[in-house]
Amino acid sequence: MDNIAGKRGHLTWALNIAVFVLVLLWTIPTVGLLVSSFRDAQQIQTSGWWTSLTPQQESWAARTGPPNTAIQADGTYVLEGNVFGDAAGEVVAFGISPMAPSAFPAGETAERQDGGTLAVNADGTYRLTQTLPFDAPDVVAGETATDAPPRGIRVFVTSTEPPDFTTGNYGTVLSAEGMGQSFLNTLTVSIPATVIPILVAAYAAYALAWMTFPGRALLVSAVVGLLVVPLQLSLIPLLQLHNGIGLGRGYIGAWLAHTGFGLPLAIYLLRNYMVGLPREVIESARVDGATDFEIFRKIILPLSLPALAAFGIFQFLWTWNDLLVAKVFLGTSDTQMVMTGRIVELLGSRGNNWELLTAAAFISMIVPLVVFFSLQKYFVRGLLAGSVKGG
Amino acid sequence: MNQILFAGLTILVGVAGCLAYFWLSNMALDRVFPPRGASASANLRRSGRIRPWLFLAPAILFLGVYLVYPVFASVWLALSQGGVFVGIENFVWLVQDPKFRESLINNVLWLIFVPSMATLIGLIAAQLTDNIKWGAIAKSLIFMPMAISFVGAAVIWKFIYEFRAEGLAQIGLLNAFVTTLGFAPHAWLTIPLLNTFLLMMIMVWMQAGFAMVLLSAALRGIPDETIEAAILDGANPWQVFWRVQVPQIKGTIAVVWTTITIMVLKIFDIVFAITNGQWGTQVLANMMYDWSFRAGDFNRGATIAIVIMIAVLPIMIWNIRNAHRERD
Repeated sequence: MDNIAGKRGHLTWALNIAVFVLVLLWTIPTVGLLVSSFRDAQQIQTSGWWTSLTPQQESWAARTGPPNTAIQADGTYVLEGNVFGDAAGEVVAFGISPMAPSAFPAGETAERQDGGTLAVNADGTYRLTQTLPFDAPDVVAGETATDAPPRGIRVFVTSTEPPDFTTGNYGTVLSAEGMGQSFLNTLTVSIPATVIPILVAAYAAYALAWMTFPGRALLVSAVVGLLVVPLQLSLIPLLQLHNGIGLGRGYIGAWLAHTGFGLPLAIYLLRNYMVGLPREVIESARVDGATDFEIFRKIILPLSLPALAAFGIFQFLWTWNDLLVAKVFLGTSDTQMVMTGRIVELLGSRGNNWELLTAAAFISMIVPLVVFFSLQKYFVRGLLAGSVKGG
Repeated sequence: MNQILFAGLTILVGVAGCLAYFWLSNMALDRVFPPRGASASANLRRSGRIRPWLFLAPAILFLGVYLVYPVFASVWLALSQGGVFVGIENFVWLVQDPKFRESLINNVLWLIFVPSMATLIGLIAAQLTDNIKWGAIAKSLIFMPMAISFVGAAVIWKFIYEFRAEGLAQIGLLNAFVTTLGFAPHAWLTIPLLNTFLLMMIMVWMQAGFAMVLLSAALRGIPDETIEAAILDGANPWQVFWRVQVPQIKGTIAVVWTTITIMVLKIFDIVFAITNGQWGTQVLANMMYDWSFRAGDFNRGATIAIVIMIAVLPIMIWNIRNAHRERD
């Protein structure tokens, strides 16, 4: 097609750029999440993730050393130290009041109201002087001088700090916020909820494809119709049913629900695939005296592996990513809450702790992304088999 | 450690139980009607009549209990209140509820905007990526959001829409972009109507890849001759695409469109996780969840579910008709 178009040459550039822009638009959101999940909490709050590789500018309040460490020389009291403590950084500007936290560039000396001076250098070292002893002015109202803790004096600095990447967010989310536990819970839900429907659907699909019995066409139609029954309809009656028969909320209920909801698509996909298998192989096996059970196990099942894999990936992604079924059919205890549910809780309670949210979201995405990128071929094949006739 | 053990054990029991059913039931059938001996052929005929139902029984049981029964149970719930039949009272309440009207309008917007945008972007992406060297990689990357959960996507996009007061450094990409252009930053998710569209964007982002994959396969299935003939007749690439290629894949476009439409009708997670229906973003599925599981009014919840069901009904009928036509 490229060569007959003839003048495609100059279009190729535009085409490549257009696709590049599209891909950029589609990947940037996820990249932002990934980058943010490794950033320091403070830096996420104060600067965009796209600036994360450049030094970060931050304004903050430091305290000098306690007043009782001041030294007296030539009639003035002097406090010296480093605003960064043991850490590294570079001071850009500093100030003496919270109203103007970066009034003076680093290296200058600022005059304080009481006649003292403050100087902060780029490397963070400061020198604070005044004529009166230090403990007097910093006593908080209502406290006597002796009760007052020996607090340092506030110094406002704007500093640039090197990019700070950490895996600490993941550690926090996995342990303290319970994502580690939820990871296991999600796995506990999704593995049986993937395997059971495959088994059930494979047998049913074989019956619908290769066994003759009255009512077969009707059953096929029913399966197609049930493909679109909205999940919402099932929630209340089934929850009542589960409670009624003493199943309550738990893993077994969640598996059953996922199996029920996944079955129409599974049967539909697998039946479409099995119908296309070569008739001769099955017929000749029958002539040789094989029962349907044997034909199914020894011929159909191995031949259907691609379709089984495709649906398996589908169902796994669906159950892993599900929120609704888990919310309704599983308990909310620590040993049952799945990752999606946990993240929604985090969104509510820690909506501004982006370092936790991004790390939590990424943990929940790792397995689906690995499955997706490694098994993409089968996944796409399944999509095509299910939706485009003869695909 | 305990949890891992428990998980492993429960998985084993669940899967093994399922396998055991098929194994044992078929063995029992072969024991009762052995395909050997004097009455072998009669036995085979008899077991042949029973075996399909052994194969189908679990599936029918699941479909019946988990999909068919709830339809009837929901109808009853919607027509009753506290176990007493009240006719269409719940529906009357629903129609008069302003939150329902808001949800309905929003759902209609979702139904118009999301499937059409996702299909259109998918179509364009399919056509563009089919004609470049690194198309396969580009496809994978555009397709990738399919693998992410709605909740994960909600976190991703909430971060993009994040708002900081004017003057502070914006950490949300959208506000950073807007402020770079010299405009004031906004708390996007609280602006009615606009926020609904921002939520829709998430769904479009997730579904465009799905549309692209199907449409790309369909585009590749078009015989080259029709395209060559159009080009020889002097059609430019634009005309070839819209007048020759697109009409030939109408069937697939319809499939993609309906699949996304069904998904949109059931959309719950995105709204639930990001705004929970506040600031005018409510949709039917989330409203149904609210009434059922927050307010604890199963009857009103079921009433809303029935409305969703009615909306899906035409698609269901269309699907069954299509399936029949394919077989003929």
